[in-house]
Amino acid sequence: MDSPSSRSLYRFAVLTALATLGLIGMGGLVTSKGVGMAVPDWPTSFGYNMFALPVDQWFHGGVFDEHTHRLWASTVGLLVVVLTRWLGGSPSRRWLLLTGGMELAAGWGLLSLGPAWRGAGYFLCGIGGVVLLAGLAWFRSAPASAPLPALGWTAFGLVQLQGLLGGLRVVLDQWTLGNVTLGLLLGLIHGCLGQGFFVLLGVIAWRLSPARGRQSGAAMRSGTGGGCVSFWIGAGAALVVFQLVLGAAMRHQHAGLAIPDFPMAYGRWWPALDAEALVRYNQHRTDESTVTAFQILLQMAHRAGAMAALAAIALAWRTSVRRYGRGSGIARGTALWLALAVVQALLGATILWTNKAADVATAHVVLGAMTLLTGTLLILVVRKLRVSEPTEASRIPVPALAHPVAR
Amino acid sequence: MNTMKSLAVAVSATALSLHAADVTGKVSLKGTPPPEKVIAAVKTDSNCGKVAQGEAKTRVYVVGPDGGLANTVVYVKKGLEGKTFPVPSNKVEIDQVGCMYMPYISAAMAGQTIAIKNSDPFMHNVNVQPKGAGNKGFNIAQATKGKVDEKTFDKPELGIRFACNVHPWMIAYLSTFDSPFFAVSDDQGDFAIKGDLPDGKYTLEAYHQKAGAVTQDIEVKNGKATANFTLEVKAQ
Repeated sequence: MDSPSSRSLYRFAVLTALATLGLIGMGGLVTSKGVGMAVPDWPTSFGYNMFALPVDQWFHGGVFDEHTHRLWASTVGLLVVVLTRWLGGSPSRRWLLLTGGMELAAGWGLLSLGPAWRGAGYFLCGIGGVVLLAGLAWFRSAPASAPLPALGWTAFGLVQLQGLLGGLRVVLDQWTLGNVTLGLLLGLIHGCLGQGFFVLLGVIAWRLSPARGRQSGAAMRSGTGGGCVSFWIGAGAALVVFQLVLGAAMRHQHAGLAIPDFPMAYGRWWPALDAEALVRYNQHRTDESTVTAFQILLQMAHRAGAMAALAAIALAWRTSVRRYGRGSGIARGTALWLALAVVQALLGATILWTNKAADVATAHVVLGAMTLLTGTLLILVVRKLRVSEPTEASRIPVPALAHPVAR
Repeated sequence: MNTMKSLAVAVSATALSLHAADVTGKVSLKGTPPPEKVIAAVKTDSNCGKVAQGEAKTRVYVVGPDGGLANTVVYVKKGLEGKTFPVPSNKVEIDQVGCMYMPYISAAMAGQTIAIKNSDPFMHNVNVQPKGAGNKGFNIAQATKGKVDEKTFDKPELGIRFACNVHPWMIAYLSTFDSPFFAVSDDQGDFAIKGDLPDGKYTLEAYHQKAGAVTQDIEVKNGKATANFTLEVKAQ
């Protein structure tokens, strides 16, 4: 796994993961600014083929953010198709040809339905064409070791699902499911799935990392509390997921700041939530939205979740230092994780202090994705260590934990 | 001849009392509202900056010097049950000018034509999501200056939100009613509901997007009535 070709594959996987992190940032900016519906149609943009939108229409207010997000997403899609072909090797050609052919046929089918389906038809034909080309790539290559080809195919499926969700979020924005608009619901799923997709690409890059196989376990030393390390890393990661879902739910309601102050909440440690208090809060909000008790509770849960996540991650670092030593890879990894979590918490507070400045809110989303990836990689590392302990402890390779995606 | 003259005067007077009803009054605000915010983006945006009309501010609480509250919708809430009214043929215009909606608050009868106009020399999108059943939302792009799209909302609904996502500070609200008896208070807080509101007892409501709503019972006599409302911003 240290040949020039495997190094290139690793670098390409890192590039794809970084491009995805940038895409999360762009998507975060779209939501932070509230410009997700600036382009009312999809997959066309103002009736144009997405890739042929005149520049003067692109560089215009919120259209710039939304349209750039679409183009960036298409680029990530292209990278993932190449990654899938590369990871799957020659055997993947048959499936890529089949998938691309089916998408192309479906695209032609949509074109035949009439002018209303023309944009969607061309778009699907375009995707199918790219997949077909990847399948036609004639060079012979061996597949990467298991489970990387499967992970590649998972990313291939997810990137298309994610694109579809993003598009449906626009097209079905006006539809409702009970009291919830599909725009909100699909936007929420789109936001969460984007984070999961980034983690998947990060895991692929990490598994391809040459340093993963080189580092020795010499830095480890035996001690007590190995099970605690695993527990606190797992708890920290679960709390980060909880936080991401809560954060996405808060952001996609576009309700502004449900609580404008921090560390207090409407001047108290626990805000009043009775009807009279809600009237009072809303009368003093100068943004257009109206806040509900549910939205206030959501933010309070997000605050409590942040404290719990910080505590769990701090304990993960503390127990890993005690178990493996301060200089061990796992201790360095948890230290990095803790640093990310602390900055993330400070960014969260800054969102409130800046009245939800779009760039700060977006940085919070990006750092959240990095925190989730770091936690996931730590889980994988600790699991590997636990499987190997105790008999082969001295020969267990300790993977590089200094955020492999950002290498 | 005199009889004919008297009859004509009587008919005219009757017509006047039927068609010149005027419910007038003032909406006032009690308490200290939060200060309006300057919308800096109107000037910093490369397109909007060229057409901005003065310093753009939020218009949540527009209060006159004597406490009169603008942008409050006053309408007949009770007293017209079972009655139907023809939909006015005139159009209610909502314009996009200088990257702001004009007016910020408007009102129409359900089914009345709403003319949404773009007076700016660049694109706005108009994203409208009514919450009431029976009113259809839409999201349309208006690319060119002078472009007008006409829409209708078939059911009564308070505060239908209009938003431009290209310039996300652009917000306006439209309220629709099942009668033509409504008005929006002006910058002094004054309002006048005009039309052929028959004499009788009614309940009026004054509704403001942030300050809330208050009701008042009135009696229209000889086509006239007065109602003054006070909305309150509670201390934070």
